[in-house]
Amino acid sequence: MALAVARVSMPATAKKGDIIEIKALMRHVMEPGYRSDNRGQIIPRDIVKSLSVMYAGAEVFRMEMHPAIAANPYVVFSTVAVDTGELVFTWTDEKGATTVEKKPLMVTA
Amino acid sequence: MLRAALLAGLLALPAAAQTPRIKSASEFLSPDLKALQADETANPGMLWVDDGARLWRETAPDGKSCASCHGDATESMKGAAARYPQVGAEGRLLNLELRINECRTQRQIAPAFAYESEPLLALTTYVARQSLGMPMAVKTDDSAATFYKRGEAFFHRRQGQLNLSCAQCHDGVAGSRLRADVISNGAINAYPAYRLEWQTLGSLHRRLRACSLGVRATQFNHGSDEYLSLELYLAKRSQDLRIESPGVRK
Repeated sequence: MALAVARVSMPATAKKGDIIEIKALMRHVMEPGYRSDNRGQIIPRDIVKSLSVMYAGAEVFRMEMHPAIAANPYVVFSTVAVDTGELVFTWTDEKGATTVEKKPLMVTA
Repeated sequence: MLRAALLAGLLALPAAAQTPRIKSASEFLSPDLKALQADETANPGMLWVDDGARLWRETAPDGKSCASCHGDATESMKGAAARYPQVGAEGRLLNLELRINECRTQRQIAPAFAYESEPLLALTTYVARQSLGMPMAVKTDDSAATFYKRGEAFFHRRQGQLNLSCAQCHDGVAGSRLRADVISNGAINAYPAYRLEWQTLGSLHRRLRACSLGVRATQFNHGSDEYLSLELYLAKRSQDLRIESPGVRK
């Protein structure tokens, strides 16, 4: 079963120049690599390394993640509404696999 | 005829809001966790609700999905979680998980989901979410009475190496601290819940197994008769508490 991978919540419309709040919740085990299973074997590390958000041709947010971050990382940040367009969220794991989520934003004058 | 209709109408009226016997476990949460649970955009359990919504429309090999029979869950499943566990057609006590699996094996002719598997958790959470804010109201009379009594006896029986009954903590010292956590009344109105300790969402039976382990008692299987009866008793104890699934717990 393919799991729901992300939930992004943000306003659908904003006035030009407004500061908008964006909440991004991603489903991931964030296995730190320090734990062992019930046979004493180390559970291999499996974490999301980064979240990057592109908007209006620029990277508006980037975050590096580390093993101490809890499962299902939840990130809240803000940006300024400049132009109608898509916000593209990209989470990248250690193996380079990416999860991409896109959200449209309508900007009014 | 008219009188019968009137009477039926009266009976269908929701019972006047009663004061619950016990407190919801979210009353014992920190303000931060309470806010996390209340915010749909932040509550990590909502990931499972999203999953459940998709599974609801996914067809089994026989071509039927949950939606083929039950339609829009936001309408048809409203209040369902408040009435479970209940006794099924074959005289077995069914909670929401087992009821979903019964539908799957008997109607969709598909293999049952394993208890605690991601799809079963997702569907259960999705169905439970449709009763958000509705008061718990299980039946404990007629065929459910035996199960209820069994659950009640379980709750009051001392067990395990620590020789503790559920009641000694959850009635006796609820509200006081047990290491880093606060002992709740054992209300079940927020399950399935996302527990920070688990770093994931889990069923009530997983939580009960953790409690059994805590007092060094026998851990029964997920979906076992022991935990099902206990679930019915706990649901009755939680009567009139508003459903909060998916809750966020420590």
